[in-house]
Amino acid sequence: MASANKKSKLTDHLTLAKSPTGIKGLDEVTGGGLPTGRPTLVCGAAGCGKTMFAAEFLICGALKYDEPGVFMMFEENAAELAANMRSLGFDLDELQKKKKIVLDYVHIERSEIEETGEYDLEGLFIRLGHAIDSIGAKRVVLDTIEALFSGIPNHAVLRAELRRLFRWLKERGMTAVITGERGDSTLTRYGLEEYVADCVILLDHRIQEQVSTRRLRVVKYRGSSHGTNEYPFLIGSKGLSVLPITSLRLDHAAFDERVPTGVAGLDEMLGGEGVFKGSSILVSGAPGTGKSSLGACFVNAACQRGERALLFAYEESQSQLLRNMRSIGLDLAKWERKGLLRIHASRPTLQGLEQHLVFMHDLVEEFAPAVVVVDPISNLSLDDRDASLKPTLMRLIDSLKQYGCTAMFTSLTTDSSTPLADSQVGVSSLMDTWLLLANVAQNAERTRTLQVLKSRGMAHSNQVREFIFTDHGLDLVDVYLSGNQVLTGTARVSQEAQEIAATELRDKDHERRLRELSSYRQAIDAQIAALNAQQQEREGAVQFAIAREKLESDSATTRAKSIAKSRGHGLLLKRNAVRSSR
Amino acid sequence: MTSLRATVLDRDKVVQKKAEWQLRLYVAGQTAKSRGALENLRRVCETHLAGRYTIEIIDLLENPRLAAGDQILAVPTLVRKVPEPIRKIIGDLSNEERVLVGLDVQPVRR
Repeated sequence: MASANKKSKLTDHLTLAKSPTGIKGLDEVTGGGLPTGRPTLVCGAAGCGKTMFAAEFLICGALKYDEPGVFMMFEENAAELAANMRSLGFDLDELQKKKKIVLDYVHIERSEIEETGEYDLEGLFIRLGHAIDSIGAKRVVLDTIEALFSGIPNHAVLRAELRRLFRWLKERGMTAVITGERGDSTLTRYGLEEYVADCVILLDHRIQEQVSTRRLRVVKYRGSSHGTNEYPFLIGSKGLSVLPITSLRLDHAAFDERVPTGVAGLDEMLGGEGVFKGSSILVSGAPGTGKSSLGACFVNAACQRGERALLFAYEESQSQLLRNMRSIGLDLAKWERKGLLRIHASRPTLQGLEQHLVFMHDLVEEFAPAVVVVDPISNLSLDDRDASLKPTLMRLIDSLKQYGCTAMFTSLTTDSSTPLADSQVGVSSLMDTWLLLANVAQNAERTRTLQVLKSRGMAHSNQVREFIFTDHGLDLVDVYLSGNQVLTGTARVSQEAQEIAATELRDKDHERRLRELSSYRQAIDAQIAALNAQQQEREGAVQFAIAREKLESDSATTRAKSIAKSRGHGLLLKRNAVRSSR
Repeated sequence: MTSLRATVLDRDKVVQKKAEWQLRLYVAGQTAKSRGALENLRRVCETHLAGRYTIEIIDLLENPRLAAGDQILAVPTLVRKVPEPIRKIIGDLSNEERVLVGLDVQPVRR
C-alpha cells in the first residue's frame, strides 16, 4: 500500500459526520447525508437506479460541495455513463476536464483470463489510489464491484481483497458508495453487506397494477438515526428525488386572508368571504354535477384578481376545456394569453403516480401559482385502492400548502349509493373545505345542488343550495324556504308561481277593499252634506219664525200705543213709560 | 537479461525487434510474489519459447497510470500482447502447465 503514502487519518469525530448527497429528499431521510469517510452500500435489482444514485452522489459532491470524486465502473464504460448522465443535464466530460471527477472503467473478460498461483488485487488499489490522488478526491463510487466475481475465479482471494479494499477506503477517509446487485435472499448477490456495514440503502422497483414505483429504504445506518420507511423515489428530468412522507412536518403557515371562490353564493355560504388562502378544497360529486365548472370558476376568479392559476385537467384536452367553459361564459383563453393561467391537460396514469407528482411539483415551483386546481384527483390512479394514492395526495397537499397555494381538488364519486367517505379516495380528512355536489332527482327532473360538508375554521351554511349554470358563470339560487322545507328545481319554481299568484290575488283584494273604503267614505260625506243641508234648512226656519214672532210682538206694542194715545189715558201711559225705562 | 533485479526494474527496456511472443508482466513492487512470477515466467519461456520471446516488466507502483491500459486488477498479471488475441494470466505462474495453457504454447517435448 505504498501508493497510499499519505497516511490518512481516520475520521474520528464526536458526532458522526455526514456528507450530503445532494439528492433531493435523501438528505432529509438520512439526517444529513451518507456517513463521511465510510463506505455505503446501495443495493437493488437491475434497473432500479443504483448507478444513477451513485453518479448523482458523485456529481453533486463535485458541483455543490466541492468534493471531487472517482467513479470506478465495472459494468458500463465511461462513454456510456457520460451519455446517460448528459440526458439528466450533467456534463461528465466537462467535470473530467476540470479535474472534478475521474471516470475509470474496469473491465475483466473472464475468457481472457487464466489463473495460476497466488495473486492479489493490488492493481485495483493502485488504480483507485492513483485516481484519488490525481484530483484529491473525497468521494468514491464503485459501481457494481460484484462484477469482479464473474471475472476473478478465486472468490476466496476476491473476498479477502474486497474486505481489504473497504478498510483501505475507510483509512483514506473516502466517502464511498458501493453498489451491489440484489440477491435472492440476501441484500446483495455476493453478500457485500458483510463488508460494508456502516450504511446500507436498498432500492426497489415495484410494479403494481401495471404502474411502477421506485422505492428507497435505509436498511441500516450505523451510528445515526434515520427514516426507516420505504420512500418512493423518482428519476426525473433533473435526476433522482426521494419523496419522504413523514419528514414533511405540518409547519406551514396558516393565512387569515380569504380567497373568493368565484361563485358569489358559495362565498356567502362560507361566511361571506370564501375560503382561506393556502387551504385545500375538495369538491366531490357524481358525473355531471358541475365539478369541472366549479374548478374553472375558481381559476377564472383568481385570474380576474390578477393572480396566477394552474389547472391540471385529466379528463379534457385544453381546447375542449376552453370551449366548454365558454358555454358558461368563462373566457379562460384570455387569461392564458395574458400568461396568468396555465392549463396542463394529460393522463396522469401515463407516468407513475410519483413521477407525475414530481412533475406537478416542478410545474408549481416554476410557475408559482396562487391557485391550483386538480381536476379530478380520482383520475390520478387507475385503482382506487392504490395504497400509494393517499400518501401521494398528502404530499401534494402539503407541498401546495408550503407554497401557500390555494388548491381545489375535484373528485369523482362513482355512485351516489356508495358511502361518501369511500369515494373520496380517502383524502377528505386532509382537506380543509369539502363541498359536495349532488344531483337530486325529483318529479322527473334533476337539480344540481351544492352543500358544504365541512369548512375548517369558519362559519358555514348547512343548507343544500341549488346550483345553476348561467351564461355568466355559476351561481347559487337563493334558498327557497316554504314552510319547513327548502325547495329546489321545479318544486321551487311552481311554489314560486303559486306564491306569485297568491300575491296578485291578495293585491287585488286589497285594492278592492281600498276602493270600498273610499266609496264608503264618499257615501258618508254625502250623508254629512245632506245632514248639513237639513240642519241649515231647520236653522233658516227657526230664524224665520223668530223674526216673524218678533215682528208680530213689535206691531202689537205699536198698536197698543197708538190706541192709548188715541184714548188719552195719560196716567196709564206714564206707568207704562216707567216700566219700559227700567 | 541475466540479472533478475535489473530485469524486474527495467521497464524502459527497448524491445529490439519484433519477437514472435511479446509478453508483459505487471507487478506491484518487489514482493515475493512478483519475484516468483518473474522467475517462473522466465523458466517457462526459456524452456518452451527460447529465443522467440520478449518480456516487458511494468511496476505499477512506479507507473500506476499504465494499469488502466491493459485493465490490470490483479498482480502479478502476465499479458500476452502478441500473438493476438490478448490473453491474461493472473497469479505467480507457479503452475507451469496452466501457464502454457494460458499462453496457448505448445510444450516442447523433452
